[in-house]
Amino acid sequence: MKSPPKKRWSWRSRTARGLIYQGLAVLLIGLLFWFLAHNTARNMTVRGIQSGFDFLAQTAGFDIGESLFAFDSEQPYWRAFLVGLVNTIRVAALGIILTTVIGTLIGIGRLARNLLVRSLCGAYVEFFRNVPILLQLLMWYLLFTEILPAADAAWRLNTWLGPVFLSKGGLNFPAPVATETGWEISLPIQGEFAVEHGGALTPEFLALLLGLTIYTAAFVAEVVRAGIQSVPRGQTEAASALGLSRAHSMRLILLPQALRVIIPPMTNQYLNLTKNSSLAVAIGYPDVVSIANTAINQSGRAVECIAIIMLIYLSTSLLTSVLMNWYNAKAAIRER
Amino acid sequence: MGGMRWLRVNLFGDWKTSLATLMVGLLFMYWLPQLLDWALFRARWLTNADACRLDGAGACWSVVAEKYRIILLGRYPQEEQWRPLIATCLMVGLLVASCLRACWRRGLIVAWVAVLTTFFILMYGDVAGLSKVETDRWGGLPLTILLASLSIPTAFPLALAIALGRRSNLPAIRSLCTIFVELVRGVPLISVLFMASFMFPLFMPPGLSIDVLIRVLAGISLFSAAYMAEVIRGGLQSIPRGQEEAAATLSLSYWQTQRLIVLPQALATVVPGLMNNFIAIFKDTSLVTIVSLYELTGALSLALNSDADWRPFKIEGYIFIALIYFTFCYAMSRYSLWVEREVNKGKAR
Amino acid sequence: MTDSIISFEKVNKWYGNNFHVLRDIDLTVDRGERIVICGPSGSGKSTLIRCINRLEEHQEGRLVVDGIELGEDVRAVDAVRKEVGMVFQQFNLFPHLTVMENLTLSPIWVGKVSKQEARERAMTQLERVRIAEQADKYPLQLSGGQQQRVAIARALCLKPKIMLFDEPTSALDPEMIKEVLDVMTELAAQGITMLCVTHEMGFAKAVADRVIFMDEGQIVEQAKPEEFFSNPQSPRSQDFLSKILGH
Repeated sequence: MKSPPKKRWSWRSRTARGLIYQGLAVLLIGLLFWFLAHNTARNMTVRGIQSGFDFLAQTAGFDIGESLFAFDSEQPYWRAFLVGLVNTIRVAALGIILTTVIGTLIGIGRLARNLLVRSLCGAYVEFFRNVPILLQLLMWYLLFTEILPAADAAWRLNTWLGPVFLSKGGLNFPAPVATETGWEISLPIQGEFAVEHGGALTPEFLALLLGLTIYTAAFVAEVVRAGIQSVPRGQTEAASALGLSRAHSMRLILLPQALRVIIPPMTNQYLNLTKNSSLAVAIGYPDVVSIANTAINQSGRAVECIAIIMLIYLSTSLLTSVLMNWYNAKAAIRER
Repeated sequence: MGGMRWLRVNLFGDWKTSLATLMVGLLFMYWLPQLLDWALFRARWLTNADACRLDGAGACWSVVAEKYRIILLGRYPQEEQWRPLIATCLMVGLLVASCLRACWRRGLIVAWVAVLTTFFILMYGDVAGLSKVETDRWGGLPLTILLASLSIPTAFPLALAIALGRRSNLPAIRSLCTIFVELVRGVPLISVLFMASFMFPLFMPPGLSIDVLIRVLAGISLFSAAYMAEVIRGGLQSIPRGQEEAAATLSLSYWQTQRLIVLPQALATVVPGLMNNFIAIFKDTSLVTIVSLYELTGALSLALNSDADWRPFKIEGYIFIALIYFTFCYAMSRYSLWVEREVNKGKAR
Repeated sequence: MTDSIISFEKVNKWYGNNFHVLRDIDLTVDRGERIVICGPSGSGKSTLIRCINRLEEHQEGRLVVDGIELGEDVRAVDAVRKEVGMVFQQFNLFPHLTVMENLTLSPIWVGKVSKQEARERAMTQLERVRIAEQADKYPLQLSGGQQQRVAIARALCLKPKIMLFDEPTSALDPEMIKEVLDVMTELAAQGITMLCVTHEMGFAKAVADRVIFMDEGQIVEQAKPEEFFSNPQSPRSQDFLSKILGH
């Protein structure tokens, strides 16, 4: 059993040409980067801007509208970024869950037998896909700040857990809080100026969540619809020929195959939702981009702050890509 | 199937369908009259602001009648507004033509250069007796269309190069192109716009300052190029290897093969994908509001924020703009579907 | 002594590190000779002829085509490709160009011939394969047999010294195989060097000067067609022939 011999070198070979081209390309790109870095350094000295990530330990000097844990202007910049990151994760995670539910329902609705349901779902998709997300966010925010009643006269809904209040001050609902004696449920009550106690979600958060969810759901609906339609009709026919009920056929045959087609573009939509949450800066919700924007204005460290934002989003995207590739490899239908 | 029978099957086919029809019908009967009442019957169309504030007034469409010039054209001087109007129409015409395969000749490139030059001359002026209008007064719809359209000729060559680079056998070139695409696709557009706004001035040699419009355009083009590259790469992958082998046996070089054989076939298939990309960029131009360029979305804030009389009626303004975007984007997506059908017709000749 | 136009000396090729697809190939082809290569699938027949115009690269041994040694040197490869024409199983015509444009593409862009002369040359070849009236049609408007004949004409436009055929009729419906084989038979009679990988044994009997049988990367047997078909020497050839001539 022989093995292939080692390749010998020749200047006229394709390999040599290839190396020369690559060397030139790397050199050009390297020169470009050097040119940009050089200019940046000179500009920063001229304008007296300092560089370095040490500013992260300095006092932030600004307050943040809402955060999951305590923050005030005495805290350092890196804590501010952390608050922003947590805020982004909060709205993105909830948004992903809600948009999956709504989008799947509408996607299935587009294939319904009922004409009205089909048309309504179709109209939903067409309308919300063709209007920019920023505009939708601004509209939702305006609705929340104009239509809702003032915080001293909030709308009240009595649920079996307790009262829920909705007003310009946000959504207040019964929530568990930690006290000295353990966990207990805190119920919101209508105070003189605002609703007190209970868990609270600000109108900014609600507007962002609603806007992102409804916009992305239109795209999710299309992904789900395409996935269901991608399973050849012969599969359902074969399933019923084997005597499987509609429910079984859906669960054992249709859904697993449809999911393989649905999952990749679906994760893409999740990523889009996460990236779109950066538009929070336009409605005043303190997500990580919003905080970075304030930080740039306070500290002048534009390059560093933008680099932080990009790093955070890149890590999210890469992590999702890796998970997706792993899932794809696992779920792939074995072929010859 | 006759009309009545079709309706019956689709609305009342079985008990579940009938139930759904009933529920939707009830919802409609409850909400629709209220909506129509507010939007149409009680609405004020051409009144002043006070009439809109009266009790019992519905939607105040008068705000559109009053402010439509600023919303649509930004702060462009009133007497000269015919100029952006013509410029926009020319640009739209060019875009429509560029999607048709019949127009893909040398003349198309000439047309692009001609229309773009005319656009800038009309908008900026300062020649041929036209008065000068600085770029910071450009706004509204022409700005939206300019940003979206201009991103195409700037992004397309880059996207083509990157797509070819990703398919190359040379590992360094392939890696560089892949890194670029993954980097750009992993970050939100707003961060690229921030980069354009805050960092591009730092990249320039000291003393050289570049107009914010150009910087934003560069940011949008870079962003768009990464997505376009993926669409083009998909098209390139769909060309069977046998085509390149046949070209090799006919002694065509790599560049000749790409130019004469691979790209003409690949580009025809990716036109629908590129159009979707364009629609997305068209919507994304709304983000430049955040870096203080007053295109369509920003122009509304411009029109109403400083005017306390009309400010309560911002929602009607938003609806107006939403309808404009919807009209453009919906029309473009229909057009894209039509082009795709034409391309497939050609294949099955 | 007739001069050899193709010569394989101890040529070896591997796919990756494990799959030894060509083993110690020794083969000489004379100018004007017509050779048919047959064998079971996976035996390396296509790989063999694709090495001749460097669509595949060999790792060991010496391969000389028309006096030019094939190796890493790109200029040598370009020179060889100008002398060798190839016809593929999948035709590989360019669907976005007309038949005439398919044929004149290479002479104009590579041969630097004038458009007028390229057209004349193309028409001559189209008449040779009896398809001149389809010159302005697009490939997808033609039948499989017609497309393959156009592919042959396209290869001939470069006036090659050697023509390679890689299973030219395997993708055709049965009723169209004859028209392509007829064209190939006429071509064979005109003195061009031909190497043809095919399962069409009738063609081999009628046209070939030599039949080469390959199995598992090796040349197992080569002989004149009459000898090979009536009296195969090796048990593997006997086995193969019984399978393909049996039904």
